[in-house]
Amino acid sequence: MTASFSKPISSALRELKLSVRKELKYYFTFTGFGIIAFFVVIAVLAPYISPYDPVKKVGDPLTEPSLKFPMGTDGLGRDILSRIIYGTRIVLRITLISMALSLLIGVPLGLASGYIGGKLDSLISLLMDSLYAFPGLILAIALAVMQGPGEMPMATSLTVVYIPTYFRMVRGETLSIKESLFVEAARAIGAKNRVIIFSYIFPNVIPSIPVILSLNAADAVLTAAALSFIGLGITAPTPDWGFDLRMGYPYLTSKIWWPSAFPGLMIVLLTLGFSLFGEGLTEILNPRLGGR
Amino acid sequence: MNITGGELLRLENLKVYYYTMDGLVRAVDGIDFYMGMGETVGLVGESGSGKSTLGLSILKLVPPPGRIVDGRILFKGVDLVELSEDEMRRIRGKHISLVFQDPATSLNPLMKIGDHIVETILAHENVSRDEAVRRAYTLLEDVGILPERFNDYPHQFSGGMRQRAMIALALALKPDLVIADEPTSALDVIVQHQILELMKKLREAYGMGMILITHDISIASEIADKIALMYAGHLVEYSDTGSFFEEPLHPYAEALLKAVPNIQLSDQKLRYIPGMPPDLINPPSGCRFHPRCSYATSICREKEPPKLEVRREGFVRCFRYVSRDSL
Repeated sequence: MTASFSKPISSALRELKLSVRKELKYYFTFTGFGIIAFFVVIAVLAPYISPYDPVKKVGDPLTEPSLKFPMGTDGLGRDILSRIIYGTRIVLRITLISMALSLLIGVPLGLASGYIGGKLDSLISLLMDSLYAFPGLILAIALAVMQGPGEMPMATSLTVVYIPTYFRMVRGETLSIKESLFVEAARAIGAKNRVIIFSYIFPNVIPSIPVILSLNAADAVLTAAALSFIGLGITAPTPDWGFDLRMGYPYLTSKIWWPSAFPGLMIVLLTLGFSLFGEGLTEILNPRLGGR
Repeated sequence: MNITGGELLRLENLKVYYYTMDGLVRAVDGIDFYMGMGETVGLVGESGSGKSTLGLSILKLVPPPGRIVDGRILFKGVDLVELSEDEMRRIRGKHISLVFQDPATSLNPLMKIGDHIVETILAHENVSRDEAVRRAYTLLEDVGILPERFNDYPHQFSGGMRQRAMIALALALKPDLVIADEPTSALDVIVQHQILELMKKLREAYGMGMILITHDISIASEIADKIALMYAGHLVEYSDTGSFFEEPLHPYAEALLKAVPNIQLSDQKLRYIPGMPPDLINPPSGCRFHPRCSYATSICREKEPPKLEVRREGFVRCFRYVSRDSL
C-alpha cells in the first residue's frame, strides 16, 4: 500500500516545488522592485521626512538608538537616520548617472562593433576586454584616484567599469541578430544600414538590457560604497553610506554598533533590491531557465 | 509562351565559389542563362545543387565565405558584378526582390507587418509616409490580407499569411524581377496552392519576371514558362516547360521525371535515381552526372559536355546530343 501512495505524494511534492519555483521569480522581481521603489521615495522626500539636518550636531555624540534618535547619533553627534535618508540621494544619483552613461556609451559601441565588424570590431573589443580584465573595484579605485574625490568622479569611474558589460552583451546579440533571416531579408529589399541597425537590430537587442542594467546597478551600489569607504568617494560632511560606514566602524570594538550597522544595512538592502529585481527579470524574460 | 519584351536577365559564365575550411566549394560553376521580360523560370535542382546560391548571387547577397569569382550578371544590360554595394542596395527591392523560403523568420519580430512595407517604400522612393502607408494598404489587399491586420506583428500571422506579407513586401516597388527561393516549401499543400495561385495572379497584374527556385518539379510545372535544371553547380538543361515535360533531353531530367510518382499508372513501384548527390568540393570528373547516368560512356568521364542548343530556345549539356546538334 505504501508503495502505491508514495508515488502520487512525491509527484505532488514535485509539482508543488515546481509551482513555488515558478511563483518565486515573480516574488523576487516584485520584492526587488519594492525595495528600489522604497529607496527612490525616500530620496525624493528626504527634506520632508528626515527629522534633523544631516550635517549638524543635534545631540550628544554616540547616543544609543532611542525614540529621539531612532538610529542613534554618530561620533560627531549627528542624527544617523537623517544621514541615511540623505545618503539615499547620493547613492541613487551616482548609480543612475553611471548606469545612464555606461548604457549611452556601451550600447552604441556594441552595435557598431558587432554590425560593422572587421578591424573596428577587433579594436573596440580589445579595448573593452582590457577594461574588463580588471576587477571592477580595482579599476574604479584607479580611476577615482586619478580624478580625486567627489560625486561626479565617482560616477564616471563607475561608468568606465560598466561600459564593457553592455558592450559585450550588445555586440554578441548584434552578431547573432545580424545573421538572422529577417535582416538578410531587409538587405534583400535594399534597406539602408542605418535602417537595419535602428529598426531591425536595436529593437531586438533591447529586451536583454534591463537584466544587465539591474545587476550592474546592484554591483555599482557596492562599488560606490567601497570607494567612499576607502576615502576616494564622497567627502565629509556630505552624508554617504559608505563614508559613514567607514567613520562608524572603529567604534565597533567598544560595542557601539549603530554608527556602522545602519549604513551597512542600507547598502546591503539596496544591493539586494537591485539583485532580486535583476534575477527575477532574468527568469521571467528567459523561458529556457528554470520552470521545468 | 509569354510575350517577351526584350531581355531581362543574362548570366554569362557565372562562377560562385565558397572558400570553406574544408576546401573550395564550386556551388555555381560557369552558368549561362537568359530570360526575357515577364518570363517565369523554374530553377529546379536537388539540395546542394547551387540553385539558392545562384538566386542570392543575382542580388550579390552570397554570404561569406562565398564569392562571385567570375562571370557577368547582366540585368537589363547592366553588369551587376561591377556595381558598388551602394548601387546594389538601390537595385535590391526596387528592381530585383527576393522572397525567402521561411516566412516565420524572414520578418522582423518587433516590426508591424504594415511598417515592413512602408519602410521598404520609404527606403527607395521619395514619398511622404502617408503616401507609403496608403500604398502599403493597397499591396496588402492585393495579396489578400485584410486592412485591419496592418498593425499586427508577425507572430500574430499564420505561415501562409506571413508568406503573403513577404510577397507584398517583394512587390512593394513593382520590381522587374522577383526571385522566389522555395517560397512554398515551409507551407502545407493547401496553402502552397493558394500562394502559387496568388503569385500567378500577381505576375500577370504586375508584369514582372520571376525566378522560382524549387526542388519540387511539380510546382515548377504549374507556374513556370521555362525550366532551368541544375545539377552540382551546372545548368544541365534549359527548356520551355512544355518540351521539358514532354521530352526531357538531359538524362538527369529524364530520370527525375520518371521518379515522379504517378497514381494513374498501374505500375506502383517508386522509381529513384541511384547513387548520391555529388560532393561539390571534389566533383566527379567530366560530366558531373556521369556516375549516376545510365547512358554514361567513356567520354563523359573525361570531358565536360558542351552546351548544345538542340531546341529553338534553350540548351542541354550532354554528349548524347553532340551528333544531333551537328546535324
